[in-house]
Amino acid sequence: MAGRLPRWLIAVAVAVYAFLHLPLLVLVAFSFNDSKFSASWVGFTLDWYYRLLERPDIMRGLKASLIVGGISTVVSAVLGTLVALALARHRFRGRTALEGFLYVPIVTPEIVVGISLLILFALAKMPLGLTTIIIAHVAFSLSFVVIVVLARLEGMDQNLEEAALILGADEITTFWKVTVPQLWPGILAGALLAFTMSFDDFVITSFVSGSGSSTLPIVVYGMVRRNIEPSINAISTIILLVTTALIYLADRLARER
Amino acid sequence: MPSPRQRLLGWLHTRPQARAWLLLGPGTIWLLVFFLVPLLIMLVYSMMPRGIYGGVDPGFTLEHYRRFFDPLYLDILQRTFVWSVACTVICLVLGYPVAYVIARAGPWKNFLLFLVVLPFWTSFLVRTFAMIFLLRDTGLINGWLQQIGVDPISMLYTPFAVMVGLVYGFLPFMILPIYASLEKLDLSLLEAAEVLGAKPAERFRRVTLPLSMPGVVAGCLLVFIPALGSFLTSDLLGGAKQMMIGNLVQNQFSAARNWPFGSAASFIVMALVLAAVMLYLKVKDRELEELR
Amino acid sequence: MVALPPSTAAPVVQLTRVSKTFGDVKAVNDISLEIFRGEFFSMLGPSGCGKTTTLRLLAGFEQPDEDGGEVRLMGEMVNRKRPYERKVAMVFQNYALFPHLSVERNVAFGLEQRKLAKPEIGDRVRNALQMVRLKPEVFARRMPGQLSGGQRQRVALARALVLEPAILLLDEPLGAIDLKLRKEMQLELKALNKQLGTTFVYVTHDQEEALTMSDRIAVMDNARVAQLGTPAEIYENPRTAFVAKFIGESNFLEGRARQSNGGWELAWEYGGRARLPAHPGLQEGKQIRIAVRPEWMDVWPSGEVPAGENALSGTIEDVIYLGETMHVLVRVPHAGTVTVAVRNEGQLIKPLPWKRGDQAAVGWLPEDCQILEES
Repeated sequence: MAGRLPRWLIAVAVAVYAFLHLPLLVLVAFSFNDSKFSASWVGFTLDWYYRLLERPDIMRGLKASLIVGGISTVVSAVLGTLVALALARHRFRGRTALEGFLYVPIVTPEIVVGISLLILFALAKMPLGLTTIIIAHVAFSLSFVVIVVLARLEGMDQNLEEAALILGADEITTFWKVTVPQLWPGILAGALLAFTMSFDDFVITSFVSGSGSSTLPIVVYGMVRRNIEPSINAISTIILLVTTALIYLADRLARER
Repeated sequence: MPSPRQRLLGWLHTRPQARAWLLLGPGTIWLLVFFLVPLLIMLVYSMMPRGIYGGVDPGFTLEHYRRFFDPLYLDILQRTFVWSVACTVICLVLGYPVAYVIARAGPWKNFLLFLVVLPFWTSFLVRTFAMIFLLRDTGLINGWLQQIGVDPISMLYTPFAVMVGLVYGFLPFMILPIYASLEKLDLSLLEAAEVLGAKPAERFRRVTLPLSMPGVVAGCLLVFIPALGSFLTSDLLGGAKQMMIGNLVQNQFSAARNWPFGSAASFIVMALVLAAVMLYLKVKDRELEELR
Repeated sequence: MVALPPSTAAPVVQLTRVSKTFGDVKAVNDISLEIFRGEFFSMLGPSGCGKTTTLRLLAGFEQPDEDGGEVRLMGEMVNRKRPYERKVAMVFQNYALFPHLSVERNVAFGLEQRKLAKPEIGDRVRNALQMVRLKPEVFARRMPGQLSGGQRQRVALARALVLEPAILLLDEPLGAIDLKLRKEMQLELKALNKQLGTTFVYVTHDQEEALTMSDRIAVMDNARVAQLGTPAEIYENPRTAFVAKFIGESNFLEGRARQSNGGWELAWEYGGRARLPAHPGLQEGKQIRIAVRPEWMDVWPSGEVPAGENALSGTIEDVIYLGETMHVLVRVPHAGTVTVAVRNEGQLIKPLPWKRGDQAAVGWLPEDCQILEES
């Protein structure tokens, strides 16, 4: 059988992996570079990281990102879990239409989502700010939460709920004492995913945020546009680390049991 | 005397539809109001004349759509389309071998997969910045070139940079589906082919490749669709000259202040994306038919 | 064993013309039966026969169709009652233990729903675990994931019995357990049934299991009850070809009923005859089918079948070693292959004289046959 892979094939694979990861590794490495001009390595320093703490725009952006992320995640998680429950456990008319509808936000380009919401908010004369950002973030992450929680629900033993019912627990008690504990890793995974997407989002946020409510990615974009300097590497590294940790956690949770 | 809770449960039990929609309600309403309705409004806007301040005036017109026949805008459409196709092809060429290697990697599979998935979930902005960092005139690559005595190459703000950025961004989308269909490949089919005298290249061409087609098709569409609607890559890596349709849309909502025209452009992107999705679903349906 | 006369007390379970349809498939079709207090009642049949659906109708996980009959538990009409409003307990096929709760929390679950006092719950949980032979000191704190299949089975049983239900429903609870342990548990379940006086309603597709444990069996086929009776009645007097085939093994012979010398005979087309016992359904010229169990037949050298027995001549086709018994397959012209079960008295010391190709005859007593109804 094709036991050994041809050398050239492995070489190509290694090259592609390098292509995928080296740019990021380089980015991270140079965040510790003791030089404002990024061309070559001078020395190790944590200066750029300290400077981040002194920058009010970054601190404000971080705060905004955390608030938006926190709130939109909770709303997304709750709404998404309810939808997943309905899809997994109930038969109803319009089911296929709804399933199709849930997938549209996933394929819709961010630019389209962003400007359509901008138009809506303008029409409704709603001021752009953290609220509009939160609304937008829930709108695009909802479907993802549904998918993750649904996968977990479908893998769940339905007999467990029936066992609870026949042991005397009504539907509401069964939900809290049996369904939720079983579902919890899935809900958490979905929430982490929603938070990550919210934390990282730039395109949609750029359209629905006003001038006073910049999230971290918007601040970073501004920095990239204005002047390339290692502070950007530093904040990017932090974003990378946070995102990686969250995704790793979400992945472990989704696989659990 | 049944408690309110019991009464509620009893009522719900006899109405399965009500139960379902009670759960679906909040999420569905949110999506309807904050996703579907805005899209519809955008569609309507795209057919209204431009107002003084860039908004809309009452009325109906198709002039914004007609503008797309203007060579300037046709150019943008064509560029978007061509680049999306090119990106898809390059991703396929680079991605297939990687998917193949992972599928054959045995115990390393999960780790290798995680390494592919990881960049996919990290911030697109950060990844695009990484590319800028490497490609700019005073960036890393030019720095190394200078060190070995080569003249610096201007890579940023060229189609090359945008293409690299697009491939970099969407490569994982190609690798995962192809991996998924290669993984399902029944190895005994290859063994049978070997026994029948087929050489490795032939085995690949006649067994592996056809059977991995569903994954290939899925991967191509998963790259093509977001590439069509991409904005950030061409914005940061391409500059003003390499406009894709996403940039045109953004432009109309900022500098150019022409919301209805921007809506029309946006709607065109959406239409292209939906067309590609319909195509994908049709292909999938036909596959299922053939399997029967 | 003589059939136990059904208790004259009111039945604890009553199904009256119950039907349940899913889409356009009738899973349960017009079933009526009664189960009495303390009985070990089994529903036996192949997959898809409706036995599990019937059990779920009793539990309340399914409701009968609009005009699909009545389900009564302890005399009360429960068609619209939710499972938690019924006084039944259930043991599931895959045990359905709550993975996030310990053994004692699992067993206590139902008691907690009834809002009993903590000390009382503790006592009853301990007793229940002891009743299913799991030492509380050892098992109470363990999690279901740490238990073997058999142990999980016992916990599921304890969880149901701790509620002291009048009726216990069991859905193929021993399916995933290996043979030896299964036989042990069958006897334990039967003992619990007698000891507690709880009515057991048991679903299985394993006929041996049903015959071993049950007071009465409802053999089900295709959404209906094919026959209802004690194990002896079911085995020795199967009413239809389905029951005769599903329970144990049977040889089927077909022919026309003919009267002769004051008695009845089965007349084969080719001319052979076999005497039949009296049976109200017999009519001159009627096409009938009889079932003769392999153990009711014997193999003799050609022509040596004792007088008074029915005889068929044929050729030995095969001799199969089954351990306790030997199956001798005899090819009878015009009637197909007949299987005869002969006790194995040790092939190494007292082998059967039969070989492939030998001429032989098969005999059975006229009364040792079952005249079958049209399915």
